[in-house]
Amino acid sequence: MSQIFHRSANTIARVSIFGAVFFIAGLLGLFAEVNRSPWMTGAQVARDQPIQFSHERHVGGNGIDCRYCHTSVEESSFAGIPPTRTCMNCHSQIFANSPFLEPVRESFRSGRSIQWNRVHDLPDFVYFDHSIHVNKGVGCTTCHGQVDRMPLMWQEKSLQMEWCLDCHRAPERYVRPRDAVFRVDYVAPPNQAEVGARLIEEYQIQKLTSCSVCHR
Amino acid sequence: MSGEPRRDLGLGSGGSVGLGGGDSARAVGSGSETQPNVPTESPAPSLQSPFWRTLEERAGDPAFQEHLYNEFPSQIEAITDPVARRTFLKLMGASIALAGATACTRQPVEKIVPYVRQPEELVPGRPLYYATAMPLAGVATGLLVESHEGRPTKIEGNPLHPGSLGASDVFAQAAILGLYDPDRAQTLTNIGDIRPWSAFLGAISAALTAQRPLRGAGIRLLTESVSSPTLAAQIRELLERFPSAKWHQWDPASRDHARAGAKLAFGEFVDAQYRFDQADVVLSLDADFLGCGPGSLRYARDFAGRRRPEQADRMNRLYAIESMPSSTGARADHRLPMKPSQIEAFARAIAAALGRSGEGGGVGNTVPEHARRFADAVAKDLQAHRGRSLVVAGDGQPAAVHALAHAMNQALGNAGTTVVYTQTAEAEPVNQLDSLRDLVADMNAGRVDLLIILGGNPVYTAPADLNFAEALARPQLRVHLSLYADETSALCQWQIPEAHFLEAWSDARAHDGTVSIVQPLIAPLYGGRSAHEVVAAMSDRPEQSGYEIVRAHWNQGATAASFETSWRRWLHDGVVPNTAFAPKSVRAQSDIPNQPAIPNPQSATSSTGGGIEISFRNDPSILDGRFANNGWLQELPKPITRLTWDNAVLASPATAAKLSASEAPSFQGGEHGQVTTDLVELKYRGRTIRGALLQVVGHPDDCITVHSGYGRARGGRVAAGAGFNANAIRTADAWSFGGGCEVAKTGGKFSLAVTQYHHLMEGRDMVRAATRDEYVRDPKAVNEHDETPPRTITLYPDFKYDGYKWGMAIDVNACIGCNACVVGCQAENNIPVVGKDQVLRGREMHWLRVDTYYRGAAANPETYFQPVPCMQCENAPCEVVCPVGATVHSDEGLNDMVYNRCVGTRYCSDNCPYKVRRFNFLLYQDWNTPSLKLGRNPDVTVRSRGVMEKCTYCVQRINKAKIESEKDDRQVRDGEIKTACEQACPADAIVFGNLNDPGSRVAKLKAEERNYSLLGELNTRPRTTYLAAVRNVNPELGE
Repeated sequence: MSQIFHRSANTIARVSIFGAVFFIAGLLGLFAEVNRSPWMTGAQVARDQPIQFSHERHVGGNGIDCRYCHTSVEESSFAGIPPTRTCMNCHSQIFANSPFLEPVRESFRSGRSIQWNRVHDLPDFVYFDHSIHVNKGVGCTTCHGQVDRMPLMWQEKSLQMEWCLDCHRAPERYVRPRDAVFRVDYVAPPNQAEVGARLIEEYQIQKLTSCSVCHR
Repeated sequence: MSGEPRRDLGLGSGGSVGLGGGDSARAVGSGSETQPNVPTESPAPSLQSPFWRTLEERAGDPAFQEHLYNEFPSQIEAITDPVARRTFLKLMGASIALAGATACTRQPVEKIVPYVRQPEELVPGRPLYYATAMPLAGVATGLLVESHEGRPTKIEGNPLHPGSLGASDVFAQAAILGLYDPDRAQTLTNIGDIRPWSAFLGAISAALTAQRPLRGAGIRLLTESVSSPTLAAQIRELLERFPSAKWHQWDPASRDHARAGAKLAFGEFVDAQYRFDQADVVLSLDADFLGCGPGSLRYARDFAGRRRPEQADRMNRLYAIESMPSSTGARADHRLPMKPSQIEAFARAIAAALGRSGEGGGVGNTVPEHARRFADAVAKDLQAHRGRSLVVAGDGQPAAVHALAHAMNQALGNAGTTVVYTQTAEAEPVNQLDSLRDLVADMNAGRVDLLIILGGNPVYTAPADLNFAEALARPQLRVHLSLYADETSALCQWQIPEAHFLEAWSDARAHDGTVSIVQPLIAPLYGGRSAHEVVAAMSDRPEQSGYEIVRAHWNQGATAASFETSWRRWLHDGVVPNTAFAPKSVRAQSDIPNQPAIPNPQSATSSTGGGIEISFRNDPSILDGRFANNGWLQELPKPITRLTWDNAVLASPATAAKLSASEAPSFQGGEHGQVTTDLVELKYRGRTIRGALLQVVGHPDDCITVHSGYGRARGGRVAAGAGFNANAIRTADAWSFGGGCEVAKTGGKFSLAVTQYHHLMEGRDMVRAATRDEYVRDPKAVNEHDETPPRTITLYPDFKYDGYKWGMAIDVNACIGCNACVVGCQAENNIPVVGKDQVLRGREMHWLRVDTYYRGAAANPETYFQPVPCMQCENAPCEVVCPVGATVHSDEGLNDMVYNRCVGTRYCSDNCPYKVRRFNFLLYQDWNTPSLKLGRNPDVTVRSRGVMEKCTYCVQRINKAKIESEKDDRQVRDGEIKTACEQACPADAIVFGNLNDPGSRVAKLKAEERNYSLLGELNTRPRTTYLAAVRNVNPELGE
């Protein structure tokens, strides 16, 4: 009786079974990479806004402290988006007639809020508290990146749980002294491990990884 | 139609009657404590518990055993049939594979919208707290309301308020849902057409102008009980301008008999305020002073404070004679069920015994035989504690009993120590039934041209024989100010949406007279008006707002600057200082030896001819029906009966047996929660209604109790179809109880959603109780049979909890079963309402439930309440079985529930021995109604379908306190974290704290001898433990 399958079928069978393992591994790897990609997480993608507010100009150029606008960062879970009045504090005098700022003036006149597009948005089942992080020595730029060099705001980090846990498991790699928390020009010193260990001690920083710390 | 149980009285629904036909009537009278016939190994005799939950359990009815043993009765076939099981596992395997796929979603872009001008004190993310008060039936409860970004989300008691001392009741806790109720009246209407406020002003001023030459002879004002000094002043001023106008008051939730009794005894209307902290012996004559009524929160706190077994010599003793089991009777050391008409004879007998002081004579033979020994012992005990005893009469008892109670207190020398008399909290106390009668007579005679009804629902709540609805057709112009467009609004031309107390400025008095300013937390959602504004509309300055009116009333005489300071202080504290009433000295007009001089108008109407006595009460969850549309209160299992979503005709098992009525637990899919009972017809004084008959353990024989508040015709979507209207047979002359009611079975069946039938005790001692003497002799005896294994008996290494170690202690001795904790938890944690259909399947979502346990004789057992939250077990059986790791243990001892990981296997709930895990079988949360979104707590996730949830020890409060303390560089102080249940509890029964802090209250409580774990023998090591109950038994009466 003649062979139904050509001899090459043996090779094909072996190669494909062997290769299937790599194929599936590759598929899983692709899946994992897509999961961490900016397409999925929104990191590194500048967001369009109704008004082209430039942090580079205001923070980098004018040197305004983060807390001037984001006022509740040291007290509350929510850092705060400035009300229109904060913009008008300066812009009632500076560039008071600029067409770029017409939406701001319109908002102030009419009493209708400006609808910004949210850049840093954690899922609803995550409860993040700004005030405790800021109090324990986590700097603004550590998570939000070099805001003073962003002409339009983007989300610097992935904000995925894996990224949060990276610091929660080893905070000594990222903390800085309290007086440097709001400085945009802070660079981690070469002996960060040592400095970090000392700060952990001093600020009583715990490695909180229980689920209920963030998920409730 | 028989054999098809009905779910609601309006629509019939098909359904199969389930297993078990155990006729509980057979169980009555069998005094034997038979061991339940359980198919598994029978527990050792030492574990045989004398406690029981249902009569079938007590009798050891094997069919009932069988029924409850199958936890999922409708799934039995699937579990035992091998082919079905294989299919089940295949489907499970496939669904696990797909479970991960749902997580792959990109987050949609959201907007973030700041203010234009942010209010100065508002920090987004931090709630603000405002002090206000809730006026209910004329008495205010001081509250602190939590407000998130301008929306009130949670109500707590105000610790500075004398009426509550920080506690709250179910009505205060559920008021948030009432504020955001989408069924509230939203527009001002005139005969159904929407009109502006100016149109109403025009109509009312025209009517008033027409009345001016008549001096207001055709004007009638109908309000509920008014304790607001401002409103009373406004109304009096109105009556000055229209001298012939009349002010009527009708509030079915207030206390007509108490008022009449005080008038009878003292010749004037006075309020009695009780000092339970001073009382050693208390006699309650059908008075539920712990559960409801003015000052009940304060009384519960004071009473519980005198019941600590650790201070055994200070322990008080409570005797309760009741016509319907209540929280007070449950806490009583000695309880006697008695028909309402017989209580008066009992009271007279005791009064006579007290009057013959020193003679120690018996109580004579006016009292029924079984009560004679009881009455003797009570009289003796009261006499032995002169000046430190207290006699309290209940609102359901006629004026004569109240007068007797006052006379007894006087004879015992209690006035001034345990009872203090003051002027009434109400500004204008009247006999409200007479007031209503006068109004109806006037209306029928055509003397009323303009009727303004401020709040209340008289068409629904008025006694049936007054025919209020017919009389209401007579006045020309009828105005109704109310929260809902209800039965009364349908018969009035103008319906004005009322501003909720959380939306309006007002003031109100507490039970002791302390004034609180009611300040709004939110602008009226629907443009509602308060009573102040409506009365002002009839004055010469109709444009005044509630704020201006209340301020003007209090700004009299003081300088501008000092008033501003005082005003701000009053708003901040929630109380106006020095406004509590000073005690009045009054003398009872008739002394006890002259007691035949106290007339009793009601005795003639009770128990004549055939039939049995019927007793009418306000419902413990929805009061007189005003809260019928509140889903939290409808779903709340009532104390004692554990009935939800319905009212029932309540009778003792013996009485039900006489009617050959039977009830049995049954199922309709899901788990247990359904009781199928007989539909009965009540014929009383020429009127009939139908209702389901429910047997209540401890109810007196030959009488029935019905609760009003149900059967609403226009109550809203939640109220629709729930229960029957007891007011349809209620008459004015026998407002609380009367005789001659005929009860007959109709042959139909009805399904009631009752949560008492869950779970089987199987001889385990969930509740432990001892008498005071036993406890003093040997405190350890109450936990003698405890079989908790040692900590070494586990394969897992011992975890060192070095930081915070959270724990909770619940005192069964203090718990009064009021359910405030249940509603408080529901409000704090966004717990959904599931509806009657789902409660029938045992799927109610309350994270905290209060279980009722009985011990002793079937006709009159001891009753204990046990709140059961998640035990937060250190060795949690739920944690080890979750396939996706959605429930894990935190390093502070909390059992964390992670909603985003949960795939809905429900293995954790299966493994939990306490059954405290609740599963979202369907999408129970209301995702769509906009007003309900405002009331949710933003600190807690709103759960969708398919996830498990459970008590978290209010982890959001724990985290908030920890964050604040860390920022301040200190440890969390004891008492800084109060869980929602702890904060609501009036009796201080729940205590939460850090076990690693030896000075914390919870650590000290757990160190007490009477501390025990629930089902400790399973080695779960629960962090929530209980303190056994101790009863101060009178040796003469024995147990």
